[in-house]
Amino acid sequence: MIGFEDIVAHYNHWITVFLMVSGLYIVVARGNMVKKLIGLSIFQTSVYLLFISAGKILGGTAPIISEDYQVYSNPLPHVLILTAIVVGVATLSLGLALVVRINEAYGTIEEDEIFAEDEQ
Amino acid sequence: MRLDVIFRATMKIMMPFILVFALYVQFHGDFGPGGGFQAGVIAAAMVILYAIIFGLDAAKRLAPPRLLEIMIPLGVLIFAGVGAINMMLGGNFLDYSVLAHDSVHGQEYGILLVEGGVLITVAGTMTAIFYLIAGRGR
Amino acid sequence: MIAAQLPALQIVIPLLGAVLTAMMRRGSWAWAVALAVSWTMPLIAGSLLMQVLSTGPISYALGGWNPPWGIEYRIDALNGFVLVLVSLIGAVIMPYARVSVEKEIAPKKQAWFYTMYLLCLCGLLGITITNDAFNAFVFLEVSSLSTYALIALGRDRRALLAAYQYLILGTIGATLYVIGVGLLYTMTGTLNLSDIAGRLDGVENIRPILAALAFLTVGISLKLALFPLHVWLPNAYAYAPSVATAFLAATATKVAVYLLLRYYFSVFGVTFVFETLPVSTILLTLSLAAMFGASIVAVFQDDVKRMLAYSSVAQIGYITLGIALANQTGLTGGIVHLFNHALMKGALFLVIGAVFFRIGSVKLDDLAGLGRRMPITMGAFVIAGLSIIGTPGTAGFISKWYLALGALEQGSWWLVLLLVASSFISIVYIGRVVEVTWFRPVGKMVAGAREPPTSMLIPSLILVAATIYFGFDTTMTAGVAEKAAEALLGANR
Repeated sequence: MIGFEDIVAHYNHWITVFLMVSGLYIVVARGNMVKKLIGLSIFQTSVYLLFISAGKILGGTAPIISEDYQVYSNPLPHVLILTAIVVGVATLSLGLALVVRINEAYGTIEEDEIFAEDEQ
Repeated sequence: MRLDVIFRATMKIMMPFILVFALYVQFHGDFGPGGGFQAGVIAAAMVILYAIIFGLDAAKRLAPPRLLEIMIPLGVLIFAGVGAINMMLGGNFLDYSVLAHDSVHGQEYGILLVEGGVLITVAGTMTAIFYLIAGRGR
Repeated sequence: MIAAQLPALQIVIPLLGAVLTAMMRRGSWAWAVALAVSWTMPLIAGSLLMQVLSTGPISYALGGWNPPWGIEYRIDALNGFVLVLVSLIGAVIMPYARVSVEKEIAPKKQAWFYTMYLLCLCGLLGITITNDAFNAFVFLEVSSLSTYALIALGRDRRALLAAYQYLILGTIGATLYVIGVGLLYTMTGTLNLSDIAGRLDGVENIRPILAALAFLTVGISLKLALFPLHVWLPNAYAYAPSVATAFLAATATKVAVYLLLRYYFSVFGVTFVFETLPVSTILLTLSLAAMFGASIVAVFQDDVKRMLAYSSVAQIGYITLGIALANQTGLTGGIVHLFNHALMKGALFLVIGAVFFRIGSVKLDDLAGLGRRMPITMGAFVIAGLSIIGTPGTAGFISKWYLALGALEQGSWWLVLLLVASSFISIVYIGRVVEVTWFRPVGKMVAGAREPPTSMLIPSLILVAATIYFGFDTTMTAGVAEKAAEALLGANR
């Protein structure tokens, strides 16, 4: 069973889950294409949090070799997420570029209006 | 329209400093926070600021779109090229250790060259995105 | 010295090629670079596979950082096979591309088309060759982003919409994949796939591992268009430029299938996935749903490209069926079908691209009597279509034969009946095209049509010839696939 302590101890995961689900909800529920992309971005951000919070060690410093410190945070998740952020930015900008083109081709970025236009 | 004379004069004075700061961030990337990504964005910010004050056409004379189109792949070419040179020198792809007499210097040179590639690509991409957005719908 | 660097060259050459084409303005120069690159790829992949078959898996430490710390490229029988497949398809399509791209894409964008094509090739080969979970994600996104751009280059404005929808779903898939990788990383502290596999046994808390498996399965399934997650595929294939459709249909989903195989068998292990968990039942149900559902939808399509796209979803069902069987013969069938389907669907889409080149439409009604005007092209369509149906003497029969044997091995004779039944549905939709093109009087759209240029005809015919050849000589396909299946099942965890 999941106890109260489990919930509190993994609060970073709960934030991740909250962001993930709300991002996904925006993608599914909104018809506006830009809003969908914003939702997608929130969805991706949740993953950044998942990785970064896993790499943090309480009381740890930056991983620079020094005799004064013994406890270091894991730098690898940060590097991975730096890459993931760049990928996310690329995706978002490509998505926005597509929306601009769609707006020029259809004159709207509301999905239902576009579908209605294609039906004709 | 003469009110913006302060902007124009300030901009012209600031430009070399912005560029120097970009290069500082670039080369300081070896020892602290910094590197190609940030430096590239700062360099691009200079062009963007210039475009905001002097207009898009003036900026396009400063950094022609065709130049940007070359810069974006050129940076990647430098990155991959450094990796390929390592292969020719007997190391694995992106194994900078073979670039110099010992592996520590080799890694340093390798990172420096690769970061240069990153700078070029990021500066080119950011400016190109700005041009495209600013030029749309005219 | 070069032999040792081949794994890196497999990725670096298309990347450099993409960069060079990005600097060019003329489509024909970019095409020449792309041709040189795509013809080098099968040579590298082929020699890698030969090396693997004779001396065992190859490991390549990227940047000289030894695994498990650095990124490792690792080639065994399975991904060597997929590498050969992807690079061969990329090479065969390239000569075809020039004329088709000149017709379908605005002159200013032609060089970009080849850049995206090479980037996509680079990404797909990268996913296949890497043994690093996160590196696979980066390559996945490289190939996906270039795919979105390729699709958006289609002439129809609906291509933009298709690209957008694929971007949304593809990104969700890729993000779910990273979540899975993140959970695995937090539990094992490593990203190297072989290393993860070695450490999973020591993990006591099983819940995050289960979650990771679920996230990875759904994420990759979105990419490989497993039945309920296939909604992006028909539009994307229907509105993309012909060359892009043929390339993506033949390679993109196959590479995603490979990734799923890699996680199921090499990372999580057969025992965990197929005996402890009901993955087999779920996959089996979804595969059957794909085989019947998508095939039936395909029957009612008026656009031949869309019809073939739905047929792709159905055919992917056969591949996942092979995975779900999870025994030696069934898995061999799945892997062989991965290869064979790439050949025959590549051939079909190339043929349809040639038809579009000549008459400017792929609506079924516009194709009436086309067989009389373009007999070689439509003859190729019939043969590749027979292979989709699974007629003996074609490659499609071989894979279905293995799948049927695999099903019998498991004692599910009803599965064999369903396999045959779903083949009957494919007779209907292929038959519709054959009926319209060969048995109807020549329509007005078709009246002036003639055979496409040789550069388009020959690549299509090569793929069609391959579907017949691999229907008789199975040492190359089934032989290697058997070895790969053996290695996957032999991990024995």
